[in-house]
Amino acid sequence: MTEFRTERGVIKAVNGVSYEIHEGEIVGLVGESGSGKSVSQLSVMRLVASPPGFIVGGKALFEGKDLLEFEANGPELRSVRGAKIAMVFQEPMTSLNPVLTIGFQLREMLELHLGMRTQDAQQRAVELLQKVGVPDAQNRLGDYPHQFSGGMRQRVMVAMATSCNPKILIADEATTALDATTQLQLLELLRDTVVRLNTALVIVTHNLGVVARYAQRVYVMYAGRIVEHGTVDQILLNPQHPYTMDLLRCVPSRSERGEKLIPIAGTTPDLMNLPQTCSFSPRCRYKEPDCEEKLCPELEQVEPGHYVACHLSRRDGGHAADVA
Amino acid sequence: MPPTSPDPGVGACGNNLALKVADLKMYFPVTKGLLRRKVADIKAADGVSFDIGRGETLGLVGESGCGKTTVGRCVIRLYEPTSGAILFEGEDIAKLPESRLRPLRRKIAIVLQDPASSLDPRQSIGKIVEEPLRTHHLAGNKAGRRERVAELFEMVGLDPRLMERYPHELSGGQRQRVAIARSLGGDPSLIVCDEAVSALDVSIQAQIINLLRELQEKIAGLTYLFISHDLWLVHYLSTRVAVMYMGRIVELADAEVLYDNPAHPYSRALLSAVPTANPVVERQRKPIVLEGETPSLLYRPSGCHFHPRCPMAIPECRETEPMLREIATGHLVACIRA
Repeated sequence: MTEFRTERGVIKAVNGVSYEIHEGEIVGLVGESGSGKSVSQLSVMRLVASPPGFIVGGKALFEGKDLLEFEANGPELRSVRGAKIAMVFQEPMTSLNPVLTIGFQLREMLELHLGMRTQDAQQRAVELLQKVGVPDAQNRLGDYPHQFSGGMRQRVMVAMATSCNPKILIADEATTALDATTQLQLLELLRDTVVRLNTALVIVTHNLGVVARYAQRVYVMYAGRIVEHGTVDQILLNPQHPYTMDLLRCVPSRSERGEKLIPIAGTTPDLMNLPQTCSFSPRCRYKEPDCEEKLCPELEQVEPGHYVACHLSRRDGGHAADVA
Repeated sequence: MPPTSPDPGVGACGNNLALKVADLKMYFPVTKGLLRRKVADIKAADGVSFDIGRGETLGLVGESGCGKTTVGRCVIRLYEPTSGAILFEGEDIAKLPESRLRPLRRKIAIVLQDPASSLDPRQSIGKIVEEPLRTHHLAGNKAGRRERVAELFEMVGLDPRLMERYPHELSGGQRQRVAIARSLGGDPSLIVCDEAVSALDVSIQAQIINLLRELQEKIAGLTYLFISHDLWLVHYLSTRVAVMYMGRIVELADAEVLYDNPAHPYSRALLSAVPTANPVVERQRKPIVLEGETPSLLYRPSGCHFHPRCPMAIPECRETEPMLREIATGHLVACIRA
């Protein structure tokens, strides 16, 4: 649970989110802007600026230890963050230091986390850049971030994130700002990295296509909660939560040319005044009178490995019949 | 198949053309030194030709820097093209002086990506929509204009009671509706949509897309030039689609034909790069991963600009500049191997 205490009130950005990821697995975390997908990841990394952000509850277990119990910026946390759990963000220009060379920034990681000597680090930096497909790696180490193109900068970020052989790699909208063919190059690179290092990869995105192509399991977030999760086939081919269904229906796809798109009615809820009831019910097309009375639904298993947080899914057959 | 001239003339519906662009070139000079000596040209659009039928939607896709926005800006004459013709309502607007361009300006509108920056924050949205009516002396006096503004509001699904609001009080989707209402003020026959929905969340995107389609059904002859990097959106909205790479159109065809059967290696790679939301389909697809990046427009590869990255390139591609030629009715491709 993470909340932001602002002058206007408390924003409950992440509200009881639980998920797990295994070695060598690719997991998608899907949601629209403001659904809490990024904040949940930043919370795990303890990167939420405090104040105004406060992690008010929960656990993040990694190799048997709770990351949330580590002292803020203490040595234990630092040994994990960036090294064993690494992150690639959407805008590399804001995550790279503009006044230091790429080589310096790569070496810094290796020297701090792995205790390498400068010369070894230099050699390793070249290898890392080569692995992520930066041409002329040796000479480009002396370049500054602005001298790289957007796609190349993001490759540098991947090189940096993988420099200490992380156990978990988090790609937070890492390819969203890139052109289609560059996005493909990057995603293929990330997938190769997962195979090569046997890391776990969390792809945080709003793009359902990316999830369909790369993820094995998917978590769908809405208003700070996970509303549905399961295997990629379960979620994208047989969605059970009304929000997931709507999300799939409002993006144009091959078959829908000529048909009208169905936008999701209403707007995203105000995270400052979240209702005690299901937060999607005001926009839900399937809601029943008691949806607005009962407390917010918990995740329940509807088929092996497929969990849904919806009052209606508990009834026989749920509303799956309506989708087909 | 005989090569066609740079003037395609296909897909054209006789005099039922809304717009015809022929061999459009837009070069931006690169200057150097104190005297601003010109050292090179950035060829943002280099011999672009296409036409759009009345009531049709032509999609223009490509990656950043391919020149699609430049083409859009030339069409509304925000840029004065270096050469080429832009025929609109019987006039070549590429060369018209500003005074004669004025009456035509209201007939071509543009809707941009970010409504937050294209709407004046200090004017109420009623005033914003009214402005083109005032400039072009449409809808008579003040009362008449007010009435027309209310009508435009309703046309785009905005409550006319919001007229006194300011842009910052609206949501992103509402702001884009204001931008569309403004663009409709001059009774345009052509609207250039440049990434018009790209900044919106998917659920809002769907609303605006639906609105654009409804307007086209309601207003006879309303034509769109829909510029976007989102291939599925373009497919969804367009009758025909043109793919651009480094300032040139490399392929132009009916939307269905292009998406089912792309003939240019770049179109193929581009289409394969975009995943669909169906995991079963995705497992069967083999995306084509291109080598390297789009070269700088200052150092264009010789021959076919795509040859250094092209999986099908042969030595000849380095020397021959491919012309757009018709490989099937209405299907134009600029590739010697297609």
